[in-house]
Amino acid sequence: MSESIVRALKCRECGQEYDIQPTHVCEFCFGPLEVVYDYEKLEGKFTRELIESRPQNMWRYKELLPIDGEPKVGANNGFTPLVKADRLAKALGVKELYIKNDSVCYPTLSFKDRVVAVALSKAVEFGFKTVACASTGNLAGSVAANAAAAGLESYVFIPEDLEQGKVLGAGIFGTNIIGIKGQYDDVNRLCSEVAGKYGWAFVNVNVRPFYAEGSKSMGYEIMEQLGWKAPKHVVVPMASGSLCTKIDKSIKEFIKLGLIEDNGTAVYGAQATGCSPISKSVKDGTDMIHPVKADTIAKSLAIGNPADGFYANRVIKESGGWCEDVTDEEVIAAMKLLAETEGIFAETAGGVTLGSAIKLIESGKLPKDESIVLCITGNGLKTQEAVINEVAKPRVIGASLKEFDVLAEADGVQ
Amino acid sequence: MKLRVYLNFDKEKVTEPVIWQLAKEFDVITNIRTAEVKEDMGLVGLELEGKTEVVEAAVKWLEAFDGVHVEPIEQSIVEG
Repeated sequence: MSESIVRALKCRECGQEYDIQPTHVCEFCFGPLEVVYDYEKLEGKFTRELIESRPQNMWRYKELLPIDGEPKVGANNGFTPLVKADRLAKALGVKELYIKNDSVCYPTLSFKDRVVAVALSKAVEFGFKTVACASTGNLAGSVAANAAAAGLESYVFIPEDLEQGKVLGAGIFGTNIIGIKGQYDDVNRLCSEVAGKYGWAFVNVNVRPFYAEGSKSMGYEIMEQLGWKAPKHVVVPMASGSLCTKIDKSIKEFIKLGLIEDNGTAVYGAQATGCSPISKSVKDGTDMIHPVKADTIAKSLAIGNPADGFYANRVIKESGGWCEDVTDEEVIAAMKLLAETEGIFAETAGGVTLGSAIKLIESGKLPKDESIVLCITGNGLKTQEAVINEVAKPRVIGASLKEFDVLAEADGVQ
Repeated sequence: MKLRVYLNFDKEKVTEPVIWQLAKEFDVITNIRTAEVKEDMGLVGLELEGKTEVVEAAVKWLEAFDGVHVEPIEQSIVEG
């Protein structure tokens, strides 16, 4: 299938439409632009059989991603496991629980590889030679790696206090890393100025509408892996709030295309208490997002002024979901629980997602007898600082069976 | 030059005529493109047009205003 169904960029506020171009703001009302599609062109053509016949990567849904033809960057990205988490389900007292495990996303172990693949493919289509991003860490690594593999020059802007694992995880790819004195919101702000001055493709500024669409592939995969159905409940970590809106969009698209039945999926948002502007707005029953100064160990979610906060708030309310937020201690406890029950080492954002889900279950917002999917978006090896003092240190003995026998006996091993 | 910014107003600044003060203080054209004002918060999408140094000084003045947060939508310079 070669014909693109991408129609235009459309303002989410006033509805003004624009030709496909590297821009993200409506000229009239300054509202954010979103990619819109002519779905009817896919009628009868985009089937489960067609999708299943394709290689297992995010591009098996390429008709619903805003690229022309084949991807130019990140051809192997995506398609991560959906784990039926029975041991964790038992610990939480719920019947049917799944982990969408993007902590093993190719190539840089976070869901950012999905959005970057679309953003950089589009950047190449537009003729950009240099790509850049403002990042809380995962995005920096993903832009650096995917740009390196595609032969693109890259600049990544990060807060100077970022976890070492994430700095290293970008630097190894030969990118230009710029540490900014300040928080992510300061970095973002500088980048919007740099983007205006330099002719670069900033994945989360001027190519943001295309970038954000890549998140939908996570939703498509969940539905296919559940046997072509949507979960009743899905819990999503929120930084800008974009993933929340795109998971919802992916479900609505599959329903529209007749690929799944409408399951009335409720979308839930998870944040760290130290940076919870979206969660607070939902709990307070307002749609205004008050910017906050972020203070949390979940640095990948530390966006105090979330660009998609308003839209995430709306999706959560309209779908019948809710929000929750957790302290740093709860984040760490949840990271350990996930690791010890399912063998999945998620980054701090994963602790936020699971920790929030636990609270939602306890409060009765998440029912115990219906299917729940938790979206895990990054790998714990990148945020080791958070748990380094929380795990047991090795017990050191001499290389002698006798010494081990003593230890084993103390452990009660028979 | 033209510069597009979002202004976030804290609760205690919602009722203050900040944009009027700005226009009196600086020789800039202020063009409100979107606005939402509630009891406890205000949000205004504002385009500022004028000589580069005047627009920059106007933004600095806004940034120094307690209770008003300035976010550039992007830097879009149109010379002339």
